[in-house]
Amino acid sequence: MNLTIYVWRQKDAKDAGGFEKYTDECKGISEHMSFLEMLDVVNDRLTEKGKMPIAFDSDCREGICGTCSMVINGRPHGPWKATTTCQLHMRAFKDGDVIYIEPWRSKAFPVIQDLIVDRKAFDTIIQAGGYISTNCGSAPDANSMLIGKEVSDSAMDAAACIGCGACVAACPNSSAMLFTAAKLAHMNTLPQGKPEEAQRTLSMVGAMDSAGFGNCSNHLECEAACPKEISGQVIAAMNRGYAKASFGKR
Amino acid sequence: MNLDAHIPEGPIDQKWENAKFKFKLVNPANKRKFDIIVVGSGLAGGSAAATLAELGYNVACFCYQDSPRRAHSIAAQGGINAAKNYQGDGDSVYRLFYDTVKGGDFRSREANVYRLAQVSRNIIDQATAMGVPFAREYGGTLANRSFGGAQVSRTFYARGQTGQQLLLGVYAGLSRQIKAGRVTMFTRHEMLELVTVEGRAAGIVTRDMVSGKIESHAGHSVIMASGGYGNVFYLSTNAMGCNVTATYRAYKKGAGFANPCYTQIHPTCIPVSGDYQSKLTLMSESLRNDGRVWVPKKKEDCGKKPSQIAEADRDYYLERKYPAFGNLVPRDVASRNAKLVCDEGRGVGPGGYGVYLDFAEAIGRLGRPAVEGRYGNLFDMYQRITGDDPYSTPMRIYPAVHYTMGGLWVDYNLQSTIPGMFVLGEANFSDHGANRLGASALMQGLADGYFVIPYTLGNYLAGQNPKKIDTDHAAFKEAEKSCKERIDTFLAIDGKRTVDSFHKELGKIMWDHCGMARNEAGLKSALELIPALREEFWQNVKVPGSGATLNQSLEKAGRVADFLEFGELMVRDALERDESAGGHFREEHQSPEGEAVRDDENFAHAAVWEYKGDNATPVRHKEPMTFEHVKLATRSYK
Ligand SMILES: Cc1cc2nc3c(=O)[nH]c(=O)nc-3n(C[C@H](O)[C@H](O)[C@H](O)COP(=O)(O)OP(=O)(O)OC[C@H]3O[C@@H](n4cnc5c(N)ncnc54)[C@H](O)[C@@H]3O)c2cc1C
Ligand code: FES
Repeated sequence: MNLTIYVWRQKDAKDAGGFEKYTDECKGISEHMSFLEMLDVVNDRLTEKGKMPIAFDSDCREGICGTCSMVINGRPHGPWKATTTCQLHMRAFKDGDVIYIEPWRSKAFPVIQDLIVDRKAFDTIIQAGGYISTNCGSAPDANSMLIGKEVSDSAMDAAACIGCGACVAACPNSSAMLFTAAKLAHMNTLPQGKPEEAQRTLSMVGAMDSAGFGNCSNHLECEAACPKEISGQVIAAMNRGYAKASFGKR
Repeated sequence: MNLDAHIPEGPIDQKWENAKFKFKLVNPANKRKFDIIVVGSGLAGGSAAATLAELGYNVACFCYQDSPRRAHSIAAQGGINAAKNYQGDGDSVYRLFYDTVKGGDFRSREANVYRLAQVSRNIIDQATAMGVPFAREYGGTLANRSFGGAQVSRTFYARGQTGQQLLLGVYAGLSRQIKAGRVTMFTRHEMLELVTVEGRAAGIVTRDMVSGKIESHAGHSVIMASGGYGNVFYLSTNAMGCNVTATYRAYKKGAGFANPCYTQIHPTCIPVSGDYQSKLTLMSESLRNDGRVWVPKKKEDCGKKPSQIAEADRDYYLERKYPAFGNLVPRDVASRNAKLVCDEGRGVGPGGYGVYLDFAEAIGRLGRPAVEGRYGNLFDMYQRITGDDPYSTPMRIYPAVHYTMGGLWVDYNLQSTIPGMFVLGEANFSDHGANRLGASALMQGLADGYFVIPYTLGNYLAGQNPKKIDTDHAAFKEAEKSCKERIDTFLAIDGKRTVDSFHKELGKIMWDHCGMARNEAGLKSALELIPALREEFWQNVKVPGSGATLNQSLEKAGRVADFLEFGELMVRDALERDESAGGHFREEHQSPEGEAVRDDENFAHAAVWEYKGDNATPVRHKEPMTFEHVKLATRSYK
């Protein structure tokens, strides 16, 4: 198929950036290609012409590392439900389509180049408390603590987050609530995480607020965009936990 | 080259205890004066960095991704082994040890493997304490499954995302230490050189992938945990950024490289669909627990839809040839048999390089919901990539490069031939011999990082002076200069071909001549083809842009330039190893049934390569492998 793509090109953080149109480079695209393989082809053709290829992030290319990150026709990770950009295939498009490709847009995720953004703010949130404070070597036998299958499964549902940032990109306020709440739900659901529950909730929410993410206004665009289908219910649980923890502190 | 493995005294089950008791300890007040550099934030590097920081060392950790949470360990699906014997099905430390040595086709070091099996149990405890949500039974205990090459159920898992959950556990611990100021994390930093001073590891030179800055980092020890080199084949299940640069640069600074030719080809990957293909996707090996592998008996049937091929016309070749293990034979055996039937012309799908993995029987026996519960996410992934629905039609799979058993040589203490440089995880060579068993890499990475290096590093540092190492030393300046010159050269060539086109061509040479099956003539021709391609690369590669910004073509150029040298070393190793062993299958050495035939008399050793200069042939050294506990025998999975 032949396509027209408009790609956000931006030299560096300071550059204003803008869309560039490519048509010649997007001819003869196979439906079996992944979306990123389509961009690889475009990049090869640009390079051969002596132009700078489009910079974009990817690593595992199997939907688990959370590196790939682009907004495709206005949707983070593109049209397929529960699918990262690297797993999106060109079968989703047809001959003659026009595709707009942009980076995640959020004050907390500054653009580094073209489609690549800086997501350090997510690491900062985890560093604020997304862990269980136990040193290596002091763990008891794993089966000495029984954890019901439902509890464990629900922790796993939340732990499936890949930290890609699609939730932030999808949110009209650039809120990181789904990301933060998913980690809190993972840790706070498990008995191992209970002792630090209140402190963890307060510090992670605090870190999220100071990193420049917006507030949640319950649009739940985040849930719809999440490639791992993390449920928006974790946000309600976080809000309850936060209220309880703040109350406990007072 | 000194290849003393420093195996501790005593009976095998007491060696590690004895060693730990004899190790010198670092005075707690001195620990924070020691700067430790960790290259890699995967299971091996991340667990090492966090644990060493907990002990009080001053750690700097590096990764090329934008966050330590994205190291390629994240992609492991199937599970992690541990000799817990929670199922009471006869497992033990000794059995895990035995299975690993046998599975490795008698080319690994017994003492290391025994220790691995011993500490495997602590890993599950540690990961659980960190909040890793392993699968559980209704009663609340941990669940297990069995995995290729084992007859007991010892594999722990977290749905199809075991690597992800283990890595997130490691990342959590690492984040805690970053917050505490004990680990300085350098993301989007690529190590380009190892620096040695007076024969000891003293630091590294990195490139900041955003600003392009070349920087030196000094330390009293360098820990390499940079993962595997499967991307030398271009197409593999590895992530796009996986590279040999870190370990190869260390090799060029004097570290011995052991058994580079040992690569693992994973039997269950989605077949190649076109020449634009950028990577291959693994379908977890756990699928072989319930999926049945088959091809048509007759070539003529290959073009038909699978549903049109009668039961009697199907060849369930693994069940037929290996009745005891059936579809659960080890990876090398499963892969080679797939190649065999495809070479016979009985492969399925476009190009004829694919075999069926069929779940119809399992769906009939267990019901669709149960199959969905076990493999739902894998089935979805398959459907997204291929457009086929595996609930109604069999999957098509074919082997792909997956793991590299070879790596930098290390002794029992995980120290390389360069004093002060330790190597962990997939980057070292120590535990899997010529073939790795499923679910054992995660185990090894965490064993090395959580439970081995914290002890062995202390023993090394106890003999070192904690005085700061200065990056103004001439060795750092020289290394920086050579990195800069190399970058300038890439940018100046301004040829006609993209970096990827060279990488693809190298990959094809490697796959054709040094892949699943190898022979003398093919290897010799690769020894001609690779240097010629390398020559062309340095004349004709095109790397646009500058070195002073983020430049992905430049990053790739550096990695491919190293693969172009390393590929030759691999081929050389494969040629010299004139036997078949595990993943290294030399067509000249096979039984009439097509099984690998080892030559224990001449090759029961690790081949360790020493760099001798760009224009000299590297020298091959040997570390003999002796087997006191697991009797040398022909592997049989019949
Ligand atoms: C698809 C897939 C599925 C797998 N499934 C399983 C499984 O079910 N069970 C199992 O046991 N094993 C499995 N494996 C194997 C296992 O995942 C790996 O062997 C293991 O995770 C490697 O861990 P590591 O820490 O050594 O390296 P990695 O996790 O690869 O980490 C390497 C680190 O080094 C850094 N790095 C690399 N080069 C440089 C450089 N030049 N400069 C700076 N930093 C650098 C990277 O940024 C990264 O942080 C699987 C592998 C794959 C590919
Ligand atoms: S590249 Fe890893 S999730 Fe897309």
